[in-house]
Amino acid sequence: MIFNYIGNYSLIISVIISLIIIFLSISSLQKINIQIKINLNKLIFFQFFFVLVSFFSLIILFILSEFANITVFNNSHTTKPLFYKISGTWGNHEGSLLLWLLILTFFIFLYFLNSKSRSIKERLLTLIFQEVIIIGFLIFLLKTSNPFNQVFPIPEQGLGLNPILQDPILAIHPPVLYLGYVSTSIIFSSSLGALIQGNVNSLWAKHIKKWILISWIFLTIGILLGSIWAYYELGWGGFWFWDPVENISLMPWLSLTALLHCILVLEKRSLLSSWTIVLSISTFTLSVCGTFLVRSGILNSVHTFANDPERGLFILIFLFILVFLSLVIYFLYEEKLKSNNNNFNLFSKESSILINNWFVMYFLSVILIGTIYPIFLEVLSSQKISVGPPFFNKLIIPFLIPFLIFMSIGPNLDWIKNKNFRKKIQLIIFFILNLILSFTIIKIFGKITLTSTILLAASFYLFFVTFKDLIKKSFKNNSQVISHFGFSLLILSIIMNSILSKEIVTNLKVGEQINFLENTISFKKIESSSESNFKSLVGYFEIDSKNNKKFLFKPEIRIYNQPKVITSEADIKTNFFKDRFLVINLVKGGNYFNVRYQEKPLMIWIWLSTILIAIGGSINFLKRYEK
Amino acid sequence: MYGRKVKLRILFLIVLLSSIILTIFLVLKSLEENVVYFLSPTEVKNLNELTQDKIRIGGMVKKDSININSDKINFIITDFNNEINVVYSGLIPNLFQESKGVVAEGFLKDKNYFNAEKILAKHDENYMPPNIKEQIGEK
Repeated sequence: MIFNYIGNYSLIISVIISLIIIFLSISSLQKINIQIKINLNKLIFFQFFFVLVSFFSLIILFILSEFANITVFNNSHTTKPLFYKISGTWGNHEGSLLLWLLILTFFIFLYFLNSKSRSIKERLLTLIFQEVIIIGFLIFLLKTSNPFNQVFPIPEQGLGLNPILQDPILAIHPPVLYLGYVSTSIIFSSSLGALIQGNVNSLWAKHIKKWILISWIFLTIGILLGSIWAYYELGWGGFWFWDPVENISLMPWLSLTALLHCILVLEKRSLLSSWTIVLSISTFTLSVCGTFLVRSGILNSVHTFANDPERGLFILIFLFILVFLSLVIYFLYEEKLKSNNNNFNLFSKESSILINNWFVMYFLSVILIGTIYPIFLEVLSSQKISVGPPFFNKLIIPFLIPFLIFMSIGPNLDWIKNKNFRKKIQLIIFFILNLILSFTIIKIFGKITLTSTILLAASFYLFFVTFKDLIKKSFKNNSQVISHFGFSLLILSIIMNSILSKEIVTNLKVGEQINFLENTISFKKIESSSESNFKSLVGYFEIDSKNNKKFLFKPEIRIYNQPKVITSEADIKTNFFKDRFLVINLVKGGNYFNVRYQEKPLMIWIWLSTILIAIGGSINFLKRYEK
Repeated sequence: MYGRKVKLRILFLIVLLSSIILTIFLVLKSLEENVVYFLSPTEVKNLNELTQDKIRIGGMVKKDSININSDKINFIITDFNNEINVVYSGLIPNLFQESKGVVAEGFLKDKNYFNAEKILAKHDENYMPPNIKEQIGEK
């Protein structure tokens, strides 16, 4: 009980500290010679500390299963394993917002420690913007979704956590994703601070790039984790469904990726400064927008759990104020963004970065339209529609071709103007070779379409170009090459995976068997057992492949008791060439089981290549930190 | 006349503008083609002509209507006013149960028969298609 009060009052104290910090920062901004640093450092630390206390109180409430607390009551149950009691803390709306806030205060604390090289005014301005965001979220938390609300009379038992969230990967997926989302707020605040001070130059670029990298690395890993989870837990056997919630995590990532590249141009050539600011603002807006759309329940998606219009409205208003303020600041101080040279040569690194930036913006707008158009249409005409994968595939895949080509050529060009003609010819010959190679591959596997041939060629092109660079350069200067190499591997595995995947869906009884390609799938038996919070049915399947290899699959069905939900746990056999994926579902009565067997080539390379992309970013980050 | 730089800039602007227009056109065009409308059984009954497009039908699975054999499954979607027969073969989500909400995606054979290609899994045991929710709310 006591933790309820501790948690609640710590949050209120944090609001007060926020107000004090803003007041102190503004008053010290007006002094001409700022020498005192007051005790801002300490105040920021205390704010972080109080939010931390509040967060730990909530964790303790969850561990003790104190059902007097409404969040615990709604999302926990005494029979739940301890690990999921703890992860349940951020598996719900209120707790996840508290986590968001915790990271927000932690990052401003980190920023303040690590920004001593910047001018005091810029740091103070950044701090003010950051505190405005913190206050916004604190009020949002306290007013519409206080995790420390109480229920009376105290219930005997909780309602339990949604079983599909009871999964080790999903326990760490939200924190990682949030680390990515929230660090974009630092980029946002700092870019506004630098804009007002007229400091948007190559030094600032160097400084903020660390934060961009942090955010980008965590977002990449966070999206990857979510994708892996969807692959094995949802039982559809895919890794990306163009589901609105997936799109919403991809949009800030795209914007951030564009920012990551144009900050390079700003650093090396002092160009694109206003574009950088616009991207910083849009990245953060998209992150908050993500929270708004997921939490308001507007989106019709597998992930929407809570529905509360009031919450949605609050975030919408808050978001509107933030965007409005930042745009006002942008237009007021825009003239400070003078860049003296506007010379772009077509064959230079900066042009190819800029062109790919536009491509990324195009992908971003396609996803944005596909995601929010159904919402608008429903509001305007009350027609309910959904935009499916064909829309995204059709509009994105063809444009990946020039994107990949620029991605291969760009890094091999020089800044300002390229003079090396030999290299150019080399690159062209390389491309023709790859076109032939991929045509042969597609021909062997049968399905020839023009787009897939050229797309395959373009990704092979990037693959070989980056592979060549990978061998030539030393490990330390390889961050960009590793990421690009990872990206080519990702696209290659996705193409091969989508062309060569095979599946069968059927209904089977125990003892029956079925032939699929050169495999025989036989359903041997079913065994049931009981765990603390679910009953489990394990099916035994034997698959004889053509070369007399036998695989034993044990897919599982779990029937949870609180809440009463059935989930399927797929059994997946992974090797470097392909995944074999088998999942069963209960159908009425229980005589028949719905069986889905899939062979998915190169599946593991989709995960590995994404990790490679993130590793590239991490190497760059570490290199910068050493300096 | 104008210098080379100005000419270049005008050319650049024209290219930029036309590519933006082209993009918007392309996006709207494929949006139109790939949108899937969501209907209730009553709305299907009230259609003037049978649509050839892919649609989604949402409602409740009628009690005692599920029929299953080795390669396909039959069931009835109802919104308590009208019903529609659904034939489906493929993956059945766990939350697909009688008297629970369901969304099926596919093509209409006629106003009473629906060939489903996909049954959408909703990972919330309390999920109900929005139209059913409205109706229950009204009752």
